[in-house]
Amino acid sequence: MNALASPVAGDTLPETLFSVPGMRCAGCIAKLEDGLPRTPGIVSARVNFTAKRVTLTHLPELQMPALQQAISALGFEAQPLGSALPAEDGRSGDLLRAVAVAGFAAMNIMLLSVSVWSGAEGATRDLFHWLSAGIALPAIAFAGRPFFKSAWNALRHGRTNMDVPISIGVILASALSLFETIVHGPHAYFDGAVMLLFFLLTGRWLDSVMRDRARDGVTALLKHAPAGALVIDTDGRSSWLDVSALEPGMTMLVAAGERLAADGVVADGQSRIDLALLTGESKPVAVATGDRVHAGTLNLDAPVRIKVLATGEDTVIADIARLMDQAAQSRSRYVRIADRAARLYAPAVHTLAAASFIGWMIAGAGWHQSLLIAVAVLIITCPCALGLAVPAAQIVAAGALMRSGILIKDGSALERLAEADRVLFDKTGTLTLGRPEPVDLSALRPEQKSVALALARSSRHPLSEALRRALEREGVAPSDLTDIREVAGTGVSANFGLKPVALRRPDSVVPEDCLATTLAIDGEVSAAILFSDQIRPAAHETVGKLAELGLPATIISGDRAAAVAPVARALGLTAQTGMLPQDKLDTIARLKARGEKVLMVGDGLNDGPALAAGHVSMAPGSASDAGQIAADAIFLGDSLAPVATAIRAARATQKVVRQNFAMAIGYNVVAVPLAIMGLATPLIAALAMSGSSLIVVANALRLRSAAT
Amino acid sequence: MSGIAVLIPIALLLGLGGLFAFFWSLQSGQYEDLDGASLRILIDDDRPQEDER
Repeated sequence: MNALASPVAGDTLPETLFSVPGMRCAGCIAKLEDGLPRTPGIVSARVNFTAKRVTLTHLPELQMPALQQAISALGFEAQPLGSALPAEDGRSGDLLRAVAVAGFAAMNIMLLSVSVWSGAEGATRDLFHWLSAGIALPAIAFAGRPFFKSAWNALRHGRTNMDVPISIGVILASALSLFETIVHGPHAYFDGAVMLLFFLLTGRWLDSVMRDRARDGVTALLKHAPAGALVIDTDGRSSWLDVSALEPGMTMLVAAGERLAADGVVADGQSRIDLALLTGESKPVAVATGDRVHAGTLNLDAPVRIKVLATGEDTVIADIARLMDQAAQSRSRYVRIADRAARLYAPAVHTLAAASFIGWMIAGAGWHQSLLIAVAVLIITCPCALGLAVPAAQIVAAGALMRSGILIKDGSALERLAEADRVLFDKTGTLTLGRPEPVDLSALRPEQKSVALALARSSRHPLSEALRRALEREGVAPSDLTDIREVAGTGVSANFGLKPVALRRPDSVVPEDCLATTLAIDGEVSAAILFSDQIRPAAHETVGKLAELGLPATIISGDRAAAVAPVARALGLTAQTGMLPQDKLDTIARLKARGEKVLMVGDGLNDGPALAAGHVSMAPGSASDAGQIAADAIFLGDSLAPVATAIRAARATQKVVRQNFAMAIGYNVVAVPLAIMGLATPLIAALAMSGSSLIVVANALRLRSAAT
Repeated sequence: MSGIAVLIPIALLLGLGGLFAFFWSLQSGQYEDLDGASLRILIDDDRPQEDER
């Protein structure tokens, strides 16, 4: 399709991955896949709609900014993904293969078993048993690997987990069934062993799918910034350098609306810097020549030249990252509920099986008969329903939460969320939106609104974008402007018909903690449009609901007391202010020592260590990359309500999990005495196993509406 | 008995065929973009060539 089809063989061309969160429809797929190859140098583009990703195959000459430019030329925002994806992509696929093999084997063996149970005898029964063995043994060897490996790992370190009784049960049952087949015995447990693997693998696979989906969701949200900076050399030429190539002494040019890639001092220019992500400070700080600035902060007003002082490992961001690593390490390793159950369950099951073997030996049943009964006990008690009890409930709940905009990273996060009994909120960006929002637009006439929208659309300045969002929400239609010019640091101007119009800095004094802009149409200047950081919708109700759920909340902010006070008053919360990342860590450690289980809700880089240290943590979708990576759950959208929803859904999940455990144990109470008495035939084992699994899954499906 | 000798291999082979078909579809990435697949059917890829306009 492309005239520039490259002479180079396709497999040697570099591929680059981009996240394109803006694609919504079939038209977007067509636009990207047809449009991108028209850019010289791009050979092909392949869209993955589910993950909202584009894979570009291109000539090696094409660099990152050019590729990004090609996508944005088509009207999509794109973030390079590169190597940010953890390399465990193959896990779900491997598990799915094992599920398929176990399912195939279970179905076929079951067909053969049904005829045995219906009364096949003699040579026919032997043939069916041999066929079953021929299907079951390779299938078990292939599909059982995840369990055998994990059980072996646990045993080698002197621990036990759910996989130990599973592995022992499956291996013993297959070995004994093979022996039975050889000696023409009446009972073989191949069906039970393979079905057990099938159900358990399904549980494992569900668990892994859930984690993959959440990870894809989070990866799509990450901003992967700052990727680099425009560096000006001594001759005045500028070039884009990757963040790793920056060195102290270089001069970088940072445009308005761009994040700083390194620590430095302002060499030239005046602007204001938004520190919200780094320190939680909500008020932009004015900087001029000679002031220190830090990596990760946002340049708001005008382009500035910055002399780089520290890069990479030496920046403030890197210090916070180190603190975060330590916090994550010190977080006591949480033991998941299934493993806690296994610690009690595995020894009980093994004692029971051994006891029935010894009991029947003493009763004089002969070692063959005794072993048969012991294996029946193992198969019957094998935690088939237990293995499904937890993942089935958790994936249904996570799916429901995902539909309402809450990404849960894994099952253990749901378990810990249900246990939380205390909430700590960061202020800037968490209780508040973390971005300027117009305070009041009602003073503008409809015509002024249309002009303002058209002007705001042509600028990437944070205030313009806030104005654009607010006006678009109101359904304002933009007017037609010509000759649109943006002067950095001053504003946007254009012609509306014959009248000159402009959106620019106000001349009057603006109140503290507010940003402002004014609209001028043909010389007539409107009142200043004020912007300030607003409290998230539903914040007050959410705090109330959390208190009802037994989670008292407090604010823990890096901002000044004067800035936190209005928010704390509005929400009726107490607050600790001026907290450094280390102070937040200490607070959490103190609460932990008192036995409280802290839910940390935060967004900034400065919250990263606290998010990693909390018993469980949540971050809004607008959070910094570090915050999103450290948090256990991420909620999308502006409202704070998902925090309470997530807690309620997690508790509902935990309730269903406990019910499932109770059912699985109840079934054992009925079935185990039968097995110990030697009355459990393979038919009874198969019925009981599939019956209890179905009940457990059906019970889990009740969670579909857990997040409403 | 002779009926079984024919039917059982057929049943097993059909099952195996299904299993391998599933493995192949998994390998060739057919499950990687389920949402996209349902949208791609809406794309007109038989639009006229540009030089025919």
